[in-house]
Amino acid sequence: MTIQPAMPKSWRADTKPHKFCPGCGHGLVLKALGQAIDELGIQDRAVFGCDIGCSLLSWDFFNVDTVQTHHGRTNPVITGLKRANPDLIGIAYMGDGGGYAIGAQHLVSAATRNERITAILVNNTQYGMTGGQMAPTTLPGQKTETTPYGRDIEQTGHPTQGPEMVAAITKEGAYVARGTVANLRQLKNFIKKALQNQIEGNGFSFVEVLSTCPTNWRTNAKETWHFVENEMTQYFKIGEIKAPDSKGPEEGQTNG
Amino acid sequence: MPSKPIQDEKRVFMTGNEVVAWAALAARADIMYGYPITPQNEIMHYWTRLAPKHDKKFLQTEDELSAGFTTIGGVLAGFKAFTATAGPGNTLMQEPMSMAEMMRLPTVVVVQQRGGPSTATVIYSQQEVMLTTFGGNGEGLRIVYSTANHQELFDYTIKAFNSAWKYRFPTFVLGDGYQAKMREPLTIYDPLDKNIELVKPEPYVGKPGTPAIDRPPTQLRNTFSMEEELFEALQEIIGDYEKVAPEIAEYQSFGTEDADLVIIAHGVVSRAARLAVKEMQENGLKVGYFRPITLRPMPVKEIQEIASRVKRFLVVESAYGQLARLLKEAAYRSTAEMVPLYKPGVGVTAEEVVKKAKEILS
Repeated sequence: MTIQPAMPKSWRADTKPHKFCPGCGHGLVLKALGQAIDELGIQDRAVFGCDIGCSLLSWDFFNVDTVQTHHGRTNPVITGLKRANPDLIGIAYMGDGGGYAIGAQHLVSAATRNERITAILVNNTQYGMTGGQMAPTTLPGQKTETTPYGRDIEQTGHPTQGPEMVAAITKEGAYVARGTVANLRQLKNFIKKALQNQIEGNGFSFVEVLSTCPTNWRTNAKETWHFVENEMTQYFKIGEIKAPDSKGPEEGQTNG
Repeated sequence: MPSKPIQDEKRVFMTGNEVVAWAALAARADIMYGYPITPQNEIMHYWTRLAPKHDKKFLQTEDELSAGFTTIGGVLAGFKAFTATAGPGNTLMQEPMSMAEMMRLPTVVVVQQRGGPSTATVIYSQQEVMLTTFGGNGEGLRIVYSTANHQELFDYTIKAFNSAWKYRFPTFVLGDGYQAKMREPLTIYDPLDKNIELVKPEPYVGKPGTPAIDRPPTQLRNTFSMEEELFEALQEIIGDYEKVAPEIAEYQSFGTEDADLVIIAHGVVSRAARLAVKEMQENGLKVGYFRPITLRPMPVKEIQEIASRVKRFLVVESAYGQLARLLKEAAYRSTAEMVPLYKPGVGVTAEEVVKKAKEILS
């Protein structure tokens, strides 16, 4: 008999092991989200929307009503749902390409309108599903399939500061944070607060998560962890950026 | 309890856009999502004035992609949701509607056609036929009603909600700028007073109970790992569509029995065609009239039947052969000649139709 590892109650056990690559951060983010759903007791009224890109693989991840949308279009689908039935808890799950490139207008507009939804954006610095192209979040100098000599910021700009942008365009009541798969307890708390903020009807809630992609980064375990903990955090500061009890971004992070 | 939006049947003199807003109200639509584009704007203008009085909702989105996808969200939550668009907005609308096709979502979209390609004119055309019937990366699994007058705009907007929720395919009311902006007399009514059943919406997500404990979770996807998985899914959707297509298809026709020439048009152009045929018939000419009301699915059986005995059609449209393409497919195997009277982006008068028909017959 095999031993089944502990899973959040809201996970759908018969679709595990999940379909993400070994070392991928999505499983960790979805674990934190599952724990948050469990702790808040919202499995019966949460609706999970997943984008296209690697996030699409989460379409049967939870025992939660789920809709897989199009690339970049999860924010509007969840917005439409929440507007029609405010009793539902809408969760929009996407990657950096979906949120900051093809769906950027939807993220900006949902934030501006202060939609009462929770958006979770996984930042792994490139497009994973399509084979590792440059994303808005690709670090300066980082090699990807479309920046084979490294990202040239003169030509392609700087990494998108998503949560900072969302914080700048939202009013009081919004919740904005950046977490990391390197600190799951903190990440779960951020996601939980983001959901709680929606439950209380305060405003738009947004959590970016620094995540890993060893497949396209072509890194081993040690290098992967180094990249997410030490290199990404040079550009992307971890912490709560906007919250009623905000402490402001924290420098660096240790695994806790 | 749903509100009773129209107390008694009444004659009104309205623009088509106002008619659509009243029809959506009469159909018990719950929420509209919209983005401004001419010539459909007044649908939103009237809806936003009527909606609060009837406990209805509205959201102005950032673009038509969002208008379409939020409409999908409203439908998923179990509400009669709709949007309206035109031209370049209809181009963007095709992305969300392809998702609605894949997931069998009863979205309702009112299209008021404007000139194309590109931004073209804000005025009028019938150039969004291909886009509305077969737009998106899919198989055109949708219902498209092409209306010709304001009474039809009212009747078919109500019907669009019913067909969408009954058959679970995205449904379009295809109007145009003339119908949108022109005023006409019509009768508005509460469909319940006429014993017209209103198909009830139901939620796809957020049903009562906890998923996996009280009920299975709803998990909807549009992505498949294997070709065969997609093929299997499509077989079912296409099979369902083919099965209901004959009962959805609608048309009008007269005088085709012994006609030397049948004039075919759709939408507002069919009014010119109808007038032209009546006039020529009064002058003893053997001309007939045929008008598909549904452009998707097409009334294939009736077109085949007429095409099997009529030698010539005159296809009249405010586009460069978009209706003709649908007709040629429907009339496959027929040797009937299809003579074009194409006026892309401009209106067609009965006089022009008569002139062309007489040329053909002489």
